[in-house]
Amino acid sequence: MVSELPWDSRTGTLQREIAEGMINPACRHAIEAALQIRASHGGQITAITMGPPMAEEVLREAVAIGADKGILVTDRHMAGSDTLITSFTLAKAIEHVCGKFDLILCGCQTSDSETAQVGPQIAAELDIPGVAYVESLEIDDRKVRMQRLSDNFIETLELDMPGLATITTQGYSPRYVSLSGLEDAFDQADIEIVDADDLGLPYDLLGYRASPTKILNVYSPTAEKKNIVMKGAPKKIVEQLFEKYSDKIGGAIGKDLKLVKSK
Amino acid sequence: MAKTKNSIWVFGDYRNYFQNRVTLQLLSRANELAAKKSAEVCAVVFGHDLDEWIGEYIAHGAQTVYVIEHPSLKNYSIETYTLLLETLARAYLPEIILIGATSFGRELAPRVAKRLSTGLTADCIGLDIRTDGLLVQTAPSFGGNLLAEIVTPDSRPQMATVRPGTFQEIPHDYEATGSVIRLPLPDNLPQDRIRLISSRRMPDREKKIEDSRVVICGGRGMGSKKKFKKLFELASLLDGEVGATRPVVYSKWTDEEALVGQAGKHIKPMVLFSFGISGAIQHTAAINNADFIIAINKNLTAPMMKMADVAVVTDANQFCTALIKELKNRIRSR
Repeated sequence: MVSELPWDSRTGTLQREIAEGMINPACRHAIEAALQIRASHGGQITAITMGPPMAEEVLREAVAIGADKGILVTDRHMAGSDTLITSFTLAKAIEHVCGKFDLILCGCQTSDSETAQVGPQIAAELDIPGVAYVESLEIDDRKVRMQRLSDNFIETLELDMPGLATITTQGYSPRYVSLSGLEDAFDQADIEIVDADDLGLPYDLLGYRASPTKILNVYSPTAEKKNIVMKGAPKKIVEQLFEKYSDKIGGAIGKDLKLVKSK
Repeated sequence: MAKTKNSIWVFGDYRNYFQNRVTLQLLSRANELAAKKSAEVCAVVFGHDLDEWIGEYIAHGAQTVYVIEHPSLKNYSIETYTLLLETLARAYLPEIILIGATSFGRELAPRVAKRLSTGLTADCIGLDIRTDGLLVQTAPSFGGNLLAEIVTPDSRPQMATVRPGTFQEIPHDYEATGSVIRLPLPDNLPQDRIRLISSRRMPDREKKIEDSRVVICGGRGMGSKKKFKKLFELASLLDGEVGATRPVVYSKWTDEEALVGQAGKHIKPMVLFSFGISGAIQHTAAINNADFIIAINKNLTAPMMKMADVAVVTDANQFCTALIKELKNRIRSR
């Protein structure tokens, strides 16, 4: 899960080296969707990620779950990419290693910053139709039909392959993978590693330098709470609570909660 | 990139009441930002039969409204709306584009940013203008544990999606006037590659925990499924919604739908009651925006108690019972 990811509270950067090995929850659901599609329609599943060399473990895990192969896009020149540059780099890698893809599935958001931007931006970069927040999808020949909840609307949408969908954690509960399966995958997984030179990408288009957004400052939201402690018998505390905060609670619900003494 | 006009744009997201509110909230903040750099505040709206929204945006602070109105735009469509917003941004060169972080906004903004090759900050909870005129965007980072201040120094427009409820709308001003610039739908508009087969409003989720002014969250400290159910009685007295932690959902004391946490709902109530919750970070990351927190737990050292405005050290279940009784008494005595 997201917040278990180890971040360095001093610098505010994610300690990605330690964080790796934990696939994003939403990405697990996306892998499950891919496995179900392959089970009924055939095909080959390629898991792809961008990150430091340690991210290879995520791909081994994906292969253990059932992906056919893994692609790790890694290069020190890619460090510090924001979503615009991440989606650019990933799109280039997808074109390079599996340009004839039918469908790209992404977790609808990543665990470290939850921007939910990379999926839609990959679709825009590759100029393919893409749909976000998909809960379930069906394939009929080259058509992909998807269900989702967008704001307050239940929508059914359809696109022709090739396309992209980002998958929520609502459907496609990830399957259980046995420990031995994981161990085998760690030994045998087919993982290809590509860097900027393999992709023919100039370094000045990559990483922090190329990213339009810059982080000025990262800080921990300081608690401005008074943290008043109340102790004692429940009944007494309830009385105290209303004495002090009946306005606050009443204000939120639009009712006057001050006690009117009956005569 | 060409020199931009000194204008701040707000995308008009009107599909339901809630989305419309975030648009109005952004117009309000855009006015405050505009005052710091003598900029113009504009709303941009696409759709069909838009007069109501155009009037609404002007009454809430838009000086100019760019409108593309056409029957074919009746339903939100991601590819067409992306193209229209991109086209307008290229034509009028706004300095800043703000978009509500609704499902649609979070899908639209990254595409437009990609097309314009510019930076975008997701889900901002703060916006300000630095002395040099740059937009400083404050957004949660690393699962909400930290906040990051982000700028887009060189690319234009500077783009941000903003969490609904972050800013206060300005009251409706019936006297306000603004200019309306109506633009035609481009002729060579490509066919949308995403076909809308059906769309229906979800009536049941109209009242959502995300928008509720009072939320009652319960954890395993409530003791049992039966005791947990009391929270619903409390919620109905307080006109609130019930949320739950992961262990409660796992134990099937209530539905997954009620999960408040990283993988569930993010809430921002005016008052949050937290019953028997220790405060695992997956949960607390989703309640950072609660205004006033009353936490009830036997253990004062629980993280949830540390982040509360009022930390009540007692049995959650017994306290719930006492609170229900007292509330009934106070509501009846009116």
